[in-house]
Amino acid sequence: VHPLPFTAIVFAISVAAGFLGSLTGLGGGVIVTPVLTLLLGVDLHHAMGASLISVIATSSGAAAAYVKEGYSNVRAGMFLEIATTLGAVAGAHLTTVLPGSALAEIFGVVLLYSAWHSLRQGRPAGPRPPSAPDPLAERLRLEGSYPESGHLVSYGVSRVKAGFSLMCGAGLLSGLLGIGSGAMKVIAMDQVMRIPFKVSTTTSNFMIGVTAAASAGIYFRRGYLEAPLVMPVMLGVLAGSMAGARTLMGAGTRSLRLVFAAVVGLMAIEMIASGLAGGVR
Amino acid sequence: MTTERMDTIMGNLLRTGVLLAAAVVAVGGVWYLAGNPPAGNPAAVKLIWIGLGILVATPVARVVFSVAAFALAGDRIYVAITLIVLLVLLYSIAAAWW
Repeated sequence: VHPLPFTAIVFAISVAAGFLGSLTGLGGGVIVTPVLTLLLGVDLHHAMGASLISVIATSSGAAAAYVKEGYSNVRAGMFLEIATTLGAVAGAHLTTVLPGSALAEIFGVVLLYSAWHSLRQGRPAGPRPPSAPDPLAERLRLEGSYPESGHLVSYGVSRVKAGFSLMCGAGLLSGLLGIGSGAMKVIAMDQVMRIPFKVSTTTSNFMIGVTAAASAGIYFRRGYLEAPLVMPVMLGVLAGSMAGARTLMGAGTRSLRLVFAAVVGLMAIEMIASGLAGGVR
Repeated sequence: MTTERMDTIMGNLLRTGVLLAAAVVAVGGVWYLAGNPPAGNPAAVKLIWIGLGILVATPVARVVFSVAAFALAGDRIYVAITLIVLLVLLYSIAAAWW
């Protein structure tokens, strides 16, 4: 059988996943894996491997723009990458120990949470109670500033240790499931360390590539990376997310986001069910 | 080196790496699919792997650059921090072969 039709279908699915993942902030990787396994019957490990590689491409591409514009907190990102890369290595090793059914269940739960989390994004942020600056943050000079309507806004950083611990978990999930785990990274910075939301999302993006790269070698060694599958997924998700980043969020995308979150939620439940039934084949 | 200058270089490094990797993977992919039969075209598959290698090397190169930039700035704490990240990445790359 010639691989052209399969490759074309995988490419089309990946473009859609990248586009919607970028539009909703979920990321393309977390969407493409369940579609490949549930719809096309791709092996879960191979889907995770292709997703992991696509995540490196999209995050590095987007990070390039954000870093230049001065949004990302490069110092905080680099410091927290110690946590995410160590977590990712542990997670990548865990995939080889855990049965496929357990991986499918964990993936489903994470996907369900991500869908719910993406729905809450865009809600008006209320004023936050001021929190004490962390001496560790001052020692590491994690504070920063970002451009907003023509001037620079300065901010401090709180609860460095708690944020660092959560980043270990984000890295673990990234390596375990072949995803960027951007949502958890944003929670660690925005909610725990009190870094402004815009800075948190762009710094998360900056960190995702390095985090995913820390699992890539182990995935390769275990045979999770299949060049003929990774090729259309990586190119498709990258093209889709670049198009998504250029699309403005309007009234139409608001309802699109709702529909999409429902679809992702259903996929998550399907994923959990398949795991309970003995694993995705 | 100023922070702005470092950010600009890093941004360019990431963009160049991703675009180069995507181009190499795309050429390898088209070549692979044009083969008859495709499975009998190991050179095309090898080219896809080279492109994927460039992609994974891109964030690693960003960390290597950061180590050098912080060293030039005399920022010892951040040289140590970025070196730890680099070591973890090198461990993963080494794990690909052993």
